[in-house]
Amino acid sequence: MSILVDDETRVVVQGITGGEGKFHAEQMIEYGTNVVAGAVPGKGGQEVAGVPVYDTVAGAAREEDADAAVVFVPPAFAADALFEALDSPVDLVVAITEGIPQQDMASVYKRLGETDTALVGPNCPGVITPGEAKLGILPGNIFSEGDVGLVSRSGTLTYQVVDSLTQRGIGQTTAVGIGGDPIIGTDFVDALERFEADTDTEAVVMCGEIGGEDEEEAARYISQYMDTPVAGFIAGRTAPPGKRMGHAGAIVGSSGAGTAESKINALNDAGVPVGDTPEEVADHIEDFL
Amino acid sequence: MKLHEYQAKGVFADAGIPTPASQLAETADEAVAAADDIGYPVAIKAQVQVGGRGKAGGIELVENADEAREAAERIIGMDLKGLHVDSVLVEEAVDFVNELYIGVTMDRNEGRPVAMVSTKGGVDIEEVAAENPDAIAREHVDPAFGLHPYQARRAVYDAGVDHDVAGDVASVLTTLYDLWDDQDATETEINPLMVTSDDEVIAADAVMNIDEDALFRHPDLAEMEDETAGDELEAKANEYGFDYVRLSGNVGIIGNGAGLVMTTLDLVDYYGGEPANFLDIGGGAKAERVANALDMVFSDENVDSVVFNIFGGITRGDEVAKGINAALEQFDEIPKPVVVRLAGTNAEEGMEILNTDLVEVQGTLEDAVQRAVARAEEVDQ
Repeated sequence: MSILVDDETRVVVQGITGGEGKFHAEQMIEYGTNVVAGAVPGKGGQEVAGVPVYDTVAGAAREEDADAAVVFVPPAFAADALFEALDSPVDLVVAITEGIPQQDMASVYKRLGETDTALVGPNCPGVITPGEAKLGILPGNIFSEGDVGLVSRSGTLTYQVVDSLTQRGIGQTTAVGIGGDPIIGTDFVDALERFEADTDTEAVVMCGEIGGEDEEEAARYISQYMDTPVAGFIAGRTAPPGKRMGHAGAIVGSSGAGTAESKINALNDAGVPVGDTPEEVADHIEDFL
Repeated sequence: MKLHEYQAKGVFADAGIPTPASQLAETADEAVAAADDIGYPVAIKAQVQVGGRGKAGGIELVENADEAREAAERIIGMDLKGLHVDSVLVEEAVDFVNELYIGVTMDRNEGRPVAMVSTKGGVDIEEVAAENPDAIAREHVDPAFGLHPYQARRAVYDAGVDHDVAGDVASVLTTLYDLWDDQDATETEINPLMVTSDDEVIAADAVMNIDEDALFRHPDLAEMEDETAGDELEAKANEYGFDYVRLSGNVGIIGNGAGLVMTTLDLVDYYGGEPANFLDIGGGAKAERVANALDMVFSDENVDSVVFNIFGGITRGDEVAKGINAALEQFDEIPKPVVVRLAGTNAEEGMEILNTDLVEVQGTLEDAVQRAVARAEEVDQ
């Protein structure tokens, strides 16, 4: 089994006529993802990557039964694309776009709360269920089928940890990159809830980073509700206060809020071992299985 | 992007928020002329983008022209918490009876903006928030509707602001929210908002941080960006469009993706080294960008070795390898040892392309980091 996506998921790619959209639509199809349509205003009637393009997401959802959308729309138009996907409607929206203004995302977040749709991202690598489907830009070849779930705020860190797992013969049920922005859809707790409910997921890796309090909240959730064992990794132990480390959300406040130490302590208190290196995370997962 | 105090005050004043009379000065002569014009006493305030200017000697209250000249000569050109002071704001000194704090920011846990009021103004509000969170009244805002006037009033009354000025404070808070909303700010703040004995409220400071991702909507604000406001190398990184942070160690770090670069920093520390910087080349970097990244790190004289950590997804290993080769082939002698680790998309192609006469290649992240730390130690000795 899996969470969020599988080989039945019918995907519409928003922005499929752009460079990134086209390239990754092809990559997704090559991986085996059921990409059924593209959606680009004004480009309806064309065909890209072997799938029909519609002017609207609603058109794609209606004509091709699309139930998930992947968004490769430039930041200035991305919020509108997200509103459109939520309104079409589809069950899942994966937003790859980096650099969406915070206030746009606050409005999207508000609308999201009024729907039943799950949003992953923005500024994320996407979601992959190895051997079945990938929605996003993750390199498919490093993943393998298995029984470990992974949720991460960082794309390349996801690859690093997955690579360690795969090389030890440990496969994954689903990997979800939730993105490093301050305002995101699916957060750690949402993903952990889904992994806990998934009978095939035997253990979960959670990769966090400095900034915000999502990891602390996840720790509270794990200690109260999870039976599935979780191992963690937190990036940014050496980050100085007040400096933004790349991700818009990755900053230790000048009062010290959002430090790696606070997150590691919260996770340890919840019984989650936190690796000092990505290899150590894989060690912990090996111990669980 | 942070605005300077004088820039933020200009924006606030244009929106109708009362601010003290003030003028910007870049020389002591200009400062004295401005002070004479405004009338003594005045405050001479360093225009650098850092908190705690007062404690660090960057703000002085002066009573006459001699003191104004002395203060301006001392402050202009000083090094304040690592930043060079290029100008001062000469500002009418306000005789106050109370100092309040008001501000608007994004509450990331809630995914919506929050307006805040406290009667504990004039001090570090983050300390107040940490030690006594109840001393700050908060109102969350529905972005679709904005801050309702009743919410602004409720925050002001909940915070315990005097009734005589409550209406005016609420009105300034509403304006502050509107500015936050209209200008795509991530933070608008007045600390302190001074209350005078005549029950007037005046913004004695002004903080405005703009969401860089939204600058395309605000060309007027984009023009205010002071690229010299930070560290010299950080300004250079800004030109190249890198996420870069200068740190105090000697192992230079280049990678792709914020999480992986942070992890590389942490591992350098874990294996006994000290990171010199955070440099994220971002996704899908082409050869030229990779070369620019090396140029950046080489130009930091504290760097003794460099570790290049790439896990390709959208970024391709062969492009990275080409960039590294191109950057290094122009040197007769490589300025600092470079250790490279390539994984992910087109990593094998990249490994074949990499000129191993110029760089050292390691297969795993751990090995690459340990090797870079060792090379830095060798250079250091």
